[in-house]
Amino acid sequence: MKKVISVLLIGLLSACASQTTQPTAEDKSATQAAPAAVADPNLNPILRDPNNILSKRSVYYDYDSFVVKNEYRPLVQAHAQYLRDNAGARVLLQGNADERGSREYNLALGQKRADSVKNALTLSGAKDSQIEAVSLGEEKPRATGHDEASWAENRRTDIRYQGE
Amino acid sequence: MLMRFRQSSHHTFALALLLWLISMPLQAALDIEIFGGGATQIPIAIAPFAGEEKLKQGITAVVAADLQRSGLFRLVDSSGPVLRDPRQIVYPDWKNRGAAALVIGSTVILPDGRVEVSFYLMDVAKQVQLADYTMIVPADRLRAAAHQIADIIYERLTGDVGVFSTRIAYIVKQGNKYALQVADADGFNAQSIIEYSEPIISPAWSPDGTQIAYVSFENKKPVVYVQTLATRARKAVANFKGSNSAPAWSPDGKKLAVVLSLQGGSQIFLVNADGSGLQRLSQSSGIDTEPNFSPDGQSIIFTSDRGGSPQIYRMPVTGNASGTAERLTFEGSYNVSPHHSRDGKSFVFIHRSGTRFNVAVQDLATRQVQLLTDSRFDESPSPAPNDKMILYATEVKGRGILAVVSSDGKTRQELSMQVGDVREPAWGPLPRVR
Repeated sequence: MKKVISVLLIGLLSACASQTTQPTAEDKSATQAAPAAVADPNLNPILRDPNNILSKRSVYYDYDSFVVKNEYRPLVQAHAQYLRDNAGARVLLQGNADERGSREYNLALGQKRADSVKNALTLSGAKDSQIEAVSLGEEKPRATGHDEASWAENRRTDIRYQGE
Repeated sequence: MLMRFRQSSHHTFALALLLWLISMPLQAALDIEIFGGGATQIPIAIAPFAGEEKLKQGITAVVAADLQRSGLFRLVDSSGPVLRDPRQIVYPDWKNRGAAALVIGSTVILPDGRVEVSFYLMDVAKQVQLADYTMIVPADRLRAAAHQIADIIYERLTGDVGVFSTRIAYIVKQGNKYALQVADADGFNAQSIIEYSEPIISPAWSPDGTQIAYVSFENKKPVVYVQTLATRARKAVANFKGSNSAPAWSPDGKKLAVVLSLQGGSQIFLVNADGSGLQRLSQSSGIDTEPNFSPDGQSIIFTSDRGGSPQIYRMPVTGNASGTAERLTFEGSYNVSPHHSRDGKSFVFIHRSGTRFNVAVQDLATRQVQLLTDSRFDESPSPAPNDKMILYATEVKGRGILAVVSSDGKTRQELSMQVGDVREPAWGPLPRVR
């Protein structure tokens, strides 16, 4: 019983740490900042455990590319496995694009990226009905600079579980 | 030909204006000067309106800025004594200054606080009166009165309809706040229609100017809403699984083209303005987005990557639209954001050359392309209702601003706006009563 409680606590703490963006390297600085957690208490804490690959939620892309690179295969497969094992789980895939060019065209580019992760998840056994792939285009940049490093950070798909 | 109207009702005013326009031959009555590159600009002097120094809002500067922004006028020095009556005009004086047309006017504050604004438009060479007009307006409508005066002058001298009394919509980002705003065509009198802490993009005016469709990200994904300006009431018209974006009105205002990822990819669908009757229009395996109706409602131009790079295509709205999209742009590897001119003969779009994104126009018949701007990051071109100017978003020192370019590319002017990042402009239709 004690074990269960401590796991739950860790889950809650890490939920506090990353209420808006998904856990990535840059979120480390946010571990002390702990505003009210918005995570659904029913959310499986394993999804927030920094030692579990399921806490990794971002897939990055090369310029003008929608291909899920091999280095993200383990991440995608882990989420597919989780969705297979938890039929009630639902994910929102949010594709993103860098700021160059038309906003609506970039929205469609972000959609291609979200769709690429959706395809990879369904190929690995997740159900279509568990997944919604959407795009935020260039509208929600994680990096706000106007240079190649920022653009690379923003060519991304984020995986968000329902309740997050 | 001399007519004089005195009334306060806006409606009567507009009706009278219509009658007045019908009664006048609609053609340029002036000798016009030819400037470099073949552009023609009418040299016009706008003498300071008598009595306007007593008003909170002057008339002269607004009229002058409107005419100059159109690119069709060149302002001539108009300093000198105040003129209230055409009989005071010393024509050789104005001729020497190079003016082909002269505007004189006056303002009087009435006992009830309203303002009587009168003006005369004169042909300097022929020494004849071209227009004579009086209106009575509330003190807080003086800018609107000035725009109407600019419209009358523009219409009388160019034979084309003036657009200075129209409105524009755009998005302002300030800190983490996003607002959909509506302002006069010169960027003044801005009002927020909605404000959110999540992005808003792609505002689109209904053809009658009473509603605006837009895309909001308030619900973790893009959803298309239609909002009625008068009541602020709004309705989600495309909120399907996946992304919903890029609304474009049909010319009759009954339907919207929207882009959905509902059936895979990003594809163009038609939906009734109330959100019912969804119908797929485009059929490709890639991206089809940024639809825009032709003025006759028969076809749609849009951006597609089906050929490997984003280019502009056209497809019919009715019948078997799928296989018959025709590619329109061939120069360069990035042509996006097409908008038909209101006469349907050309379209404006964004063309990338090197690392620059610029406003361009392509003639639909001859396929000839002309670049209209040379800045670094131009976006979202939106033609004026008379096609003579194009409103677009650009960037100055990292901040988004709106600018206007004349349809020949010769005159460019930034719109003065409040602080914040301004983007996604859409030029509204002509006022209904005209």
